[in-house]
Amino acid sequence: MGRFILRRVLLAIVTLFLLSLIVFVSAQVLPGDVARNILGPFADQRSVDQLNERLGTDRSIIVQYWDWITGVLTGDMGVSLAFRRPVEDVIGPALVNSAKLALLAFLIVVPLAVIGGVYAALREGSFRDRLISIGGLSATAIPDFVWAVLMILIFALTLGIFPSTATAPPGSNFFEEVWYLILPALCLVFVLFGYIARMARAGTVEALDADYTRTAVIKGLPQRTVVRRHVLRNSLLPTIAVVATQLGYLFGGLVVIELIFNYNGLGQTLVEAAQQKDFPLLQSGILIIGIVYLVATLVADIMYSVLNPRVRLGSEA
Amino acid sequence: MSTSASGTDVAAPTPPAEAAPVEADERAARRERLRLLTRSGTFIGGVVILAIFVICAIFGETLAPDDPFATNPLDDLAAPSGEHLFGTDRVGRDVLSRVIVGAQDILIVAPAATLLGTVLGTVLGLLTGYFRGPVDDILSRFIDAFLALPTVIIALLVITALGPSNLTVIIVVGLIFSPIIARTVRAAVLQEREMEYVAAAQLRNERTPYILFAEILPNVMGPVTVEFTVRLGYAIFTVATLSFLGFGIQPPAPDWGLQVFEHYGLISGGYWWPVVFPALAIAILVIGVNMIADGIAKAFER
Repeated sequence: MGRFILRRVLLAIVTLFLLSLIVFVSAQVLPGDVARNILGPFADQRSVDQLNERLGTDRSIIVQYWDWITGVLTGDMGVSLAFRRPVEDVIGPALVNSAKLALLAFLIVVPLAVIGGVYAALREGSFRDRLISIGGLSATAIPDFVWAVLMILIFALTLGIFPSTATAPPGSNFFEEVWYLILPALCLVFVLFGYIARMARAGTVEALDADYTRTAVIKGLPQRTVVRRHVLRNSLLPTIAVVATQLGYLFGGLVVIELIFNYNGLGQTLVEAAQQKDFPLLQSGILIIGIVYLVATLVADIMYSVLNPRVRLGSEA
Repeated sequence: MSTSASGTDVAAPTPPAEAAPVEADERAARRERLRLLTRSGTFIGGVVILAIFVICAIFGETLAPDDPFATNPLDDLAAPSGEHLFGTDRVGRDVLSRVIVGAQDILIVAPAATLLGTVLGTVLGLLTGYFRGPVDDILSRFIDAFLALPTVIIALLVITALGPSNLTVIIVVGLIFSPIIARTVRAAVLQEREMEYVAAAQLRNERTPYILFAEILPNVMGPVTVEFTVRLGYAIFTVATLSFLGFGIQPPAPDWGLQVFEHYGLISGGYWWPVVFPALAIAILVIGVNMIADGIAKAFER
């Protein structure tokens, strides 16, 4: 057990290192001359040189990478070009805002998708099963911004139930803040529901088909008990792993949802940074998203192995 | 399961399951798949939807009632009416015409990106699955690292660095998709490489590229085809999202994502038509492609 966790942590560190390389190469090497890229083709060469010096992009690649990575680890990520503030001061509050929205979306989608998936599996092949499976996948496949504009149009503008922005006026209490976040969270729910429901359904179908379930049924246990004690225990395990990997999709969705609902989270901040070619903010923000994702999948893998001793053997089956 | 011990400690070679499929069986299987496809309502429905959009893309200029690029400042944001069925946008362009012609760019960029990703991913998957060992370990770690970032976000970063254009979007989205496809192909190759026909080819001293592309590749085309159709749906999703963010297809193209981007700020003012029609076009196309993918995946499940 200890060895499995140690191995898993070491692998995560290697992956994190490669991830930082990918982000660094994309942000610092691909543009060629970073300052020229930011200032445009007509800028004076002297101001380009000055900006390169200020950004530190006139130094060797290895020195830049080392400075950046030690900076991120110690909480000093340089100065944002767009916001003219230290990058960590921009990212910190944005990350907290995104986390609030993401948490609300997860609190809605996880129970909903698990119940939907298990329900579909128990009625495998029926019309309701197909409705949940195909409907869920279609909802997932439609881009978040399409959901967002349709939801705003229906629930905010036509019916007037929810506000069309996600930011509650200053001085609002906790419940008002949540109220403003419900519509954007629902858009994320649409996008996440399909994956999680499919996983819960697949796990349940497999568990229903397993020998231990047949044994339990033949033993004469009531269906309710069979489902609760034998099926769900086995079927919900893989769903845990999937819920964690959904964090990646969630961050992708946040970029769009936060922009449309004008919500000051990490997604909106990154789009602004990209529009203004604010590479210091962009690369650190993206690395942080990668770190959050890797930590989440690491925790999910470890939880999975604690709950399911078969994984410890390391077989892929 | 996400990223656990992939490949590094694969169990002992599984015993070769059945004899290699005979040519005739293969043809029968293909006929059976075709029969399944033509009987699947989902698949047919998806093909019809996609065909309509392909016709819009090819004959868009002829089909469109108006010039999709002609601005008319005196008639901007006109509500849907007999004259303009879908209304006009903020510079007076006919929304219906722009929705029809808007199929063009996305139906070039998304399939091209998917094709690039599938070709690269298949090669990567063949290499990692066949050689295993250090090649597999190193590439698999890189694939894990790539998968840790949401597609839209890594695309945002690279396109900011390179500058947006249709070609950049194709290359970036294709590159980002390749590791995902590689992972699926690798899993299929891991099974194939233990089959007797591979051992036979090795004994005949066939060259490695021949074994990879002439022996193994035809046998993993099933998963590759399924991956391609599934990824095509995601590619449309990703390209439309990038266009919506202003980092995909560039103005003045009548791209749907771009149209939503240019007008979503106006919906609170009651101008819903320049946003809703392109948004619905994206939704319908994505659903159509997913119906095709669903049908193909079912037909290839053995």
